[in-house]
Amino acid sequence: MELIVSLGIGVLAGSGVWLLLRPRTFQVIIGLALLSYAVNLFIFFMGWVRGGRAPIVAPGGPASLAGFADPLPQALVLTAIVISFATTALLLVVLLAARGLTGTDHVDGREEDA
Amino acid sequence: MVPVVLPLAAAALIVLVDERRYALKAAISLSSLVLLIAAAVALTRMAETTRVYALGDWPAPFGIVLVADRLSAAMVLLAAVLGLAASVFSLARWQRAGPRFHALVQFLLTGLDGAFLTGDLFNLFVFFELLLAASYGLALYGGGTPRVRASLHYIVINLTASLFFLVGVSLIYGVTGTLNMADLATRIPALPSAERPLLEAGAAVLAIAFLVKAGMWPLGLWLPSTYAAASAPAAALFSILSKLGVYALLRLWLLLFASGEGGELLAWGGMATLGFAIAGVLAAPDLGRLAGYSLLASTGTLLATIGLGSAPAAGAALYYLVASTLGIAAFFLLIELVQRSRAPGADVLAVTAEAFGLDAADEPQEEAGIAIPASMALLGLSFAACALLIAGLPPLPGFVGKFALAAAVLAPQPIGAPAWTLLALLVLSGLASLIATARAGMRIFWGAEQRTVPRVRVIEMAPIAALLALLLALTIAAGPVMQYLQQAAQALHAPHGYIDTVLGR
Repeated sequence: MELIVSLGIGVLAGSGVWLLLRPRTFQVIIGLALLSYAVNLFIFFMGWVRGGRAPIVAPGGPASLAGFADPLPQALVLTAIVISFATTALLLVVLLAARGLTGTDHVDGREEDA
Repeated sequence: MVPVVLPLAAAALIVLVDERRYALKAAISLSSLVLLIAAAVALTRMAETTRVYALGDWPAPFGIVLVADRLSAAMVLLAAVLGLAASVFSLARWQRAGPRFHALVQFLLTGLDGAFLTGDLFNLFVFFELLLAASYGLALYGGGTPRVRASLHYIVINLTASLFFLVGVSLIYGVTGTLNMADLATRIPALPSAERPLLEAGAAVLAIAFLVKAGMWPLGLWLPSTYAAASAPAAALFSILSKLGVYALLRLWLLLFASGEGGELLAWGGMATLGFAIAGVLAAPDLGRLAGYSLLASTGTLLATIGLGSAPAAGAALYYLVASTLGIAAFFLLIELVQRSRAPGADVLAVTAEAFGLDAADEPQEEAGIAIPASMALLGLSFAACALLIAGLPPLPGFVGKFALAAAVLAPQPIGAPAWTLLALLVLSGLASLIATARAGMRIFWGAEQRTVPRVRVIEMAPIAALLALLLALTIAAGPVMQYLQQAAQALHAPHGYIDTVLGR
């Protein structure tokens, strides 16, 4: 389970970084989205990788906390998702404005000299 | 608590007001800022002993706390003063250049104050995002191609830095199991040595996020062009955003790593920034970039001194931080006025551009107002004051700050190679900014070419004059201010008081 999760995060982050370094604004924004997915998963699994364990202490359940997932990373990841969603939306608007004003989708606002 | 909630409430109120009622919006914004300054002054008095406010009354390691010590209170005051100066300046014309200027300023201040006051790592992230979102709006404010192009880079870089921030925070949480800064400081020494590398990796990733914000070389290449492209009041406000990175670094590094790991790296990185900024200042093609590189030079100086890691040096650095932030903010405001006196040819070009609708949103029409006579002389005088300040010559506090810095850096015997390098770079950076500003000043004020005398209104000159007067006062009152900041630095270097107060022991 740990291996699958880490590989998944790694692939997402790797693709994200590669796309982020591309010259087209659309590639950059997709790269940022992938990177933020990777980071969100990373935070989420900081609360340990264990299946089938709710972060809720049921009445009459075991007294030790070892049987429960850590609820805090789940709260953190919600905040992080909301914030990255909002900023990505903002970036999308700026991207469209830049496309309209400069007439190209190159990140520098002009094509490289061939 | 007040410094966070007040601007937030004001911003919410301003957003609700109809877009055309400028007077009402400005009135709400300015009264909120005046109240904020009053609250910040009260806070600096209260913060003689560290104050803790537990949100929702949850005790410290479990709930989120706001903590006000001397450093936080001083930074909140600095932010409020800059906010007032920028807002008053914007009354003349910038507030009409686009929608919701005042609301953005208030949101920015909410984020800044929250980030300065919070005692929780994740909460710091949330306030960072709040102020970044507002700063994206302000960077774009006024529209136009150069601004959109520069903002695109600014937003992408800061989003990536935020992701670094998240990775760092979650690594630290994963290792220690807490996010409260004071609690972290008590748990880190007790960590088993096997988990130590993971924690240090997390802290390093976190530091990258702060250093991007502060603009340390090579992470600060985006800064000059973004700040030069932003509208004048926005750029003046941005001069404190870089200092936020320095603040966060100072606070967390000294709290979490009491033995000072990584200080060497910080010192050399700061010096590299300073060297880069010296070259940039000399090569800057326009005044906006010149101011941007001066800003980088001041952050470089700060990082290097903090990295050398003695409490007196940190105190002097804090004084220099206050002085250089105010000075560079005044400079950004001044640049806009000075550049209005462009040669007639340039104005004609601008007019034709406007006729073809190329720059329609960029330059709002000037409206009638009281123009100052002899505005050129006044501008020249202010320009000279800013130049002296940035170069660090007497009688303005740039000199006091740099002198105290140099004295503190040279105090420990024997003097190491980093200290000598820093000293040489400090002197060089003063010389470089003097050359650059003198050259620009001569071209603008004494140049032979025909130029129009700019129409400057009282409302635009007043904030610059007020900032400069404040700086003069800062020189005269250098003793008490320096003492206050030295105490702040002492408290940072001996964080037991902070930790005990937060955890309620």
